[in-house]
Amino acid sequence: MNAKPLLKLDQVSCVRGGRLLFERLSLMLAPGGAALVTGPNGVGKSSLIRLAAGLLRPAGGHVGRVCALALADEGLALDPRLTLGRALGFWARIDGTRAEAGLEAMGLARLAQVPVRMLSAGQRKRATLARAIASGAPLWLLDEPANGLDGDGVERLASAMAGHRAKGGAILAASHLPLALDGAAIVALA
Amino acid sequence: MSALVLRELRLAATGGNASLPVIFFLLVATLFPFAVGPDAPLLARTGGGALWMAALLAALLPVDRLVEPDRASGVLDQLAVRGVSEEHVMLAKLAGHWLSFGPPLMLAAVPAAALMKLPREVLMRLELGLLAGTPGLAALTLIVAALTAGLRATGALAGLLMLPLAVPVLIFGAGLIEQGGNMGALKLLAAVSLLLVAMAPFAGGAAIRTARD
Repeated sequence: MNAKPLLKLDQVSCVRGGRLLFERLSLMLAPGGAALVTGPNGVGKSSLIRLAAGLLRPAGGHVGRVCALALADEGLALDPRLTLGRALGFWARIDGTRAEAGLEAMGLARLAQVPVRMLSAGQRKRATLARAIASGAPLWLLDEPANGLDGDGVERLASAMAGHRAKGGAILAASHLPLALDGAAIVALA
Repeated sequence: MSALVLRELRLAATGGNASLPVIFFLLVATLFPFAVGPDAPLLARTGGGALWMAALLAALLPVDRLVEPDRASGVLDQLAVRGVSEEHVMLAKLAGHWLSFGPPLMLAAVPAAALMKLPREVLMRLELGLLAGTPGLAALTLIVAALTAGLRATGALAGLLMLPLAVPVLIFGAGLIEQGGNMGALKLLAAVSLLLVAMAPFAGGAAIRTARD
């Protein structure tokens, strides 16, 4: 592929709490591309996602991004007292988009009027994914996106990811559950 | 930026950050005369200082709700990946925190001054001092909140961190309402306050970035 990569990790090393998690990891994501980070718990999957997001500094190497990114991780980041629609709307306003597309894609449209604190764990997970879908960012960073999702949720996630890649987006996902990412590069941390 | 300030105000209004400091302030103003006794001249002499102490402690009350919930739930991370700098976030929080406790405290100072039998002229100086000093108190609380975000049992630590830095505000604020207190104290109070306000976004932003690693 000749297209300019959306995300480029060049010989990246990560040290957390004085412990080396991984070193000299290189990865490139072109438009339409995807990479799946696998490995047992505590091996540094989430740290890799946070490194790619720019929230952690690499101990060595270089992280390059050329576009806006959407992060869906363990952090709900929605005000519990607001309704789901308004809480997602806050982020959509910052992104300059509308939250409805994300709500629709994750099957949350009928929960838009429900306060965030009433949502179940699976619905919260859907909400974090809906925020990423609605953001319009070309690069998605998904940390355990399938955790807590039911069958319908996993299917919706798969179709959202396929649609995103078809539009030229790229996805970096970390998961210990199987994800429907056709042709994704596998990054196995051990 | 305005969306962030509005969010802070909404959180303060619904989360009790706004009403709690005012209630605390009035509580002190109500209890102090009972403790000192019904000696009007004594009350008038000591009341202003007591109100300044109450204002200082009232500012510190929401310290565990200013930054930590946003850090824990990932709001700060989501803002960071959207390219909003930590300094901007802290500036919005500073504006939101001051708006939610500064002006209400100035309003509450009127009935509080009546409870303390403060003369009208002293009340005017107290209001002037609160106007100049509360931004500094808000900034100080924010710095401490950012520094202690992610730590456990922060209440006592927050007090220890904040109180030494708050002493200048207290000294100049109380100096302003002394009998025959001069306006020089107001200038120094404003200077201390300005320094704290200028520092807060950068100190808070650096604290948040450090907490991520």
